[in-house]
Amino acid sequence: MTALIYPADAKVRLELTVNGERRVGEAEPRMLLVHFIREVLGLTGTHVGCDTSNCGACTVVLNGRAVKSCTVFAVQANGGSLLTVEGLARKGRLHPIQEGFWEKHGLQCGYCTPGMMMAAYDLLQKSPNPTEEEIRRGISGNLCRCTGYVKIVEAIEYAAQKLRSDPSWRSGGD
Amino acid sequence: MFVIPDRFSYTVAHSVEEAVELLHTLEDSKVLAGGQSLIPFMKLGYASPKSLVDINRIPNLDYLDDSGESLKIGALTRISRLCDSELVAKDYPLIHDAALQIADPLVRNLGTFGGNVCHADMGDDLPAVCLAMNAEMVASGPSGQRVLAAKDFFVDRFTTLLASDELLTEVRIPKNRRGCGGAYLKLERRVGDYAIVGVAAQLEVDGDGVCRSVGIGLTSASTKPIKASEAESWLVGKSLSDEVLDKASTLAMNTSNPLSDIRGPAEYKKAMVKVLTHRALKLAYKRARGGL
Repeated sequence: MTALIYPADAKVRLELTVNGERRVGEAEPRMLLVHFIREVLGLTGTHVGCDTSNCGACTVVLNGRAVKSCTVFAVQANGGSLLTVEGLARKGRLHPIQEGFWEKHGLQCGYCTPGMMMAAYDLLQKSPNPTEEEIRRGISGNLCRCTGYVKIVEAIEYAAQKLRSDPSWRSGGD
Repeated sequence: MFVIPDRFSYTVAHSVEEAVELLHTLEDSKVLAGGQSLIPFMKLGYASPKSLVDINRIPNLDYLDDSGESLKIGALTRISRLCDSELVAKDYPLIHDAALQIADPLVRNLGTFGGNVCHADMGDDLPAVCLAMNAEMVASGPSGQRVLAAKDFFVDRFTTLLASDELLTEVRIPKNRRGCGGAYLKLERRVGDYAIVGVAAQLEVDGDGVCRSVGIGLTSASTKPIKASEAESWLVGKSLSDEVLDKASTLAMNTSNPLSDIRGPAEYKKAMVKVLTHRALKLAYKRARGGL
């Protein structure tokens, strides 16, 4: 196979599955995934926080793993599967993770919340019955400057319990 | 602050041979693996390569294989896989300790073993692990494959022995036998930060608790990852009493030559090299003897 070299100013055509739907868009090689998601796909639920891989506000699930979308180039996601916060709810029902943040008041200003929820999504896929310590480690790449994390941890505990009791949420969705 | 990287041309390699050819042909090219150090560097303007060769789609570079003489780790093995691996947790505690302390779970989902080693920052954790375990680095280049000893691999800050058209494909770790044990201790300002200092210790002890081999690698203790060679050779043939540990950790401290920076003054870091070496050796010794 001869590798295709995209020039620096190329508009690369990207095709990927986003929240279960096939989406197409263009990106220069240097465009970061978070900017592609927000500006090309128009999904502004994914936030730009620190822009330096520290805060996790831009967390999305790419090919089944939670990643910081400010630290991935959009071209790397070509052909892949992306789940953003907009893809969590199903048929008008909040995802148990969203419900947990609602019920347990897991947010104040809400800026970190989409990233927190996507990190929690990855954690609960891997570890359906996490201890408090596992939850705290699981969200250690996501900064919240309001809550002090106590309510976020409670929200994820709520979600874990709900997901265990309602397995219909556990498959598909992305 | 620059948070948009400079422009670069982008290409996806589908095999090691193709990656090597691209690195050889393209002007000012860099390998894009997990990207968790390279992309922040590009955003901050510390690096502006003209072209990136994305190796993430090369098949069969993500593996942990202990079926032969050594534990073979594919260069594209994600750090999260090291954290989740039962094999690593049980037989290679030094690697497991270090993997769990690299950045955060999101970064570990993308960051790779090969990338952490090739970036060769004095603050990256796996170089010290490779030094302590006497790892071998397998690289492919235009004239074929070569195997490099970890102790020669780290040339300077952000600089390894690899040529610009060579690709690290595998790291080989000597297999842990009975009587082997290791530990990695890292002092950090907050979870997920680079080390103020870190110490990797790997021991092999006999039935009487005498050290047959010793490896000590230091993170953030110089401008590059270093081996505490004097402490290593002094410990061989000894049992680890508190007195012996004290002397060995002093030797490691004397080998270190850390920089004063935002993570602390050099004197403080040197003192911490001593404390952490003492503790890492003690824990490694306990694990090595527990495995007998």
